[in-house]
Amino acid sequence: MKTKKNNVVVYIMLILGAIVMIIPFVWMTIVAFTNQDITYNMTFKNVINAWSLDNFKNIFTSYNTGRYLFNSMFVAIVTTLGQILICSMSGFVFARIDFKHKDKIFLLYLATMMIPIQATIIPQYILMNKMNLINTFTALVLPGMFSAFGTFLMRQHFANIPKALEEAACLDGAGFIRVFFQVMLPLAKPGISVLAVTGFMAAWNDFLWPLLVSSDDTHTTLPLFLSQLQGRWYVNWSELMAATLISVIPILIVYLFAQRYFIEGIQNTGIK
Amino acid sequence: MYKSKKKIIIAFLLPSLLGLLVFKVGAMLYSLYISFTDWNLFGSPQLIGLANYIEILHDERFYLALKNTLFFIVGYLPLVLILSLGLAILLNSKIKKVTFFRGLFFLPVITSWVAVSMIWKGMLNPEFGIVNTIIRFFGGTGPAWLQNPSYVMPAIIITTVWKDIGFLAIIFLGGLQGISSSYYEAAQIDCAGKWQQFKSITLPLLSPTTFYALIITIISSFQVFDQIWVMTSGEPTADLVPVMVTEIYKNSFQYQQMGYATALSWVLFIIIILVTIFQNVMQKKWVHYE
Repeated sequence: MKTKKNNVVVYIMLILGAIVMIIPFVWMTIVAFTNQDITYNMTFKNVINAWSLDNFKNIFTSYNTGRYLFNSMFVAIVTTLGQILICSMSGFVFARIDFKHKDKIFLLYLATMMIPIQATIIPQYILMNKMNLINTFTALVLPGMFSAFGTFLMRQHFANIPKALEEAACLDGAGFIRVFFQVMLPLAKPGISVLAVTGFMAAWNDFLWPLLVSSDDTHTTLPLFLSQLQGRWYVNWSELMAATLISVIPILIVYLFAQRYFIEGIQNTGIK
Repeated sequence: MYKSKKKIIIAFLLPSLLGLLVFKVGAMLYSLYISFTDWNLFGSPQLIGLANYIEILHDERFYLALKNTLFFIVGYLPLVLILSLGLAILLNSKIKKVTFFRGLFFLPVITSWVAVSMIWKGMLNPEFGIVNTIIRFFGGTGPAWLQNPSYVMPAIIITTVWKDIGFLAIIFLGGLQGISSSYYEAAQIDCAGKWQQFKSITLPLLSPTTFYALIITIISSFQVFDQIWVMTSGEPTADLVPVMVTEIYKNSFQYQQMGYATALSWVLFIIIILVTIFQNVMQKKWVHYE
């Protein structure tokens, strides 16, 4: 009886908290589909009456939004794929192959996880500038591909795979490349999934790095576009919220399908 | 087991190692070098010794940035830690639909800082924002959050707490799930109340997690940038709430003072290291490992 009463209290508190969490998303959606004045009188009837797709039409016709959406998608996917490939290759070496100074090099990897991006971002920008890579996709994707955390994560996953599986494949005469891609990588799928969602999220949501290396329209990503939309001195909030909604939906879809990997990624690493 | 070990190492490890050496280690050392120079990106850097660091110590904006960061920490840290721990305890209770709620509270975490800043900027708008509408509904009058210098930081703190609660709750939840239920069973036999159990079992056994959460929140507080940049841009308060990273950004990419900006970023790096060391020393006093 007492636990039942307790459960009701827990539910009430969770529901109240959930409402606070969800209001901003609901507000964004309502403003995106109506107009900003709706907030003065946000009754259900008014919202339904004012409901339209106009803001989305405007945002795609008045701006290069399709292009920005593509840029964001392209940058996030290429960064993630590059990160998965580079990190699983190096993680595999650390898990399975012995060589001189391996422990020291691995320690170096762990140490780089301590370096805050603010200590590296200016030289990274200078490097891109010297190599004439400002306003290129190379600059947008390259630094994000190297992740000490990713290498560490993949090393853990490879180390947990029984050696017998590899040995069997080797005895069958499969070469190293085939063993890696056809036996090891599929077995490390849970690790790859965590890396994929955290990598995609980081690249999709990134603001500071694109802000530095892209200044032209062809290389603008969605977060940059959002900040430009509100930089003008008149802000059309309905269009801004429509654009914000467009930027949120893809990551939301990834989240819906891969929720547990997001949570796992955070519990294992504490990296947002 | 593998025949051509050398080739494997070169092909598989080198890309990653080179990337980290260039973009992390090399970049860090290079920025240390630049911090001892005067350089505006054109021409070559002129070595000027510690001049940038000395200038920082006399820079009012630097102290203002530190003050703002401390203000942010004082407001943000207790709020976010208490609320996320509370949420984690709720999520840890044996009720149905708990994964649904966990998923919901996590939504702000996956949303980009720029999107979150935009949404809250709109919600905090004094004319049409829903926050002041709600305050009016309860009979109060809300301030012009982002236009009023005294309310910018509270507005940013509220937004950041809202975004980070789900993230820290997941961390706390991991810690709570690691506490063996036998402790609580023993406490129930002794008729200890819920509060007593929380104080004598949960808090001490959770302290390694709390310690970890504390470190990452303090470090991330020093690195705050996106939300301040986006939420104050275009507002009269745009230049009034500098923090470390906004100053680094302005000095490097607006004033082209690369030496001064990298010196600032090294000061930030050193602060982060000091905080970590300090926390590690202090943890011996209050963190209990089983």
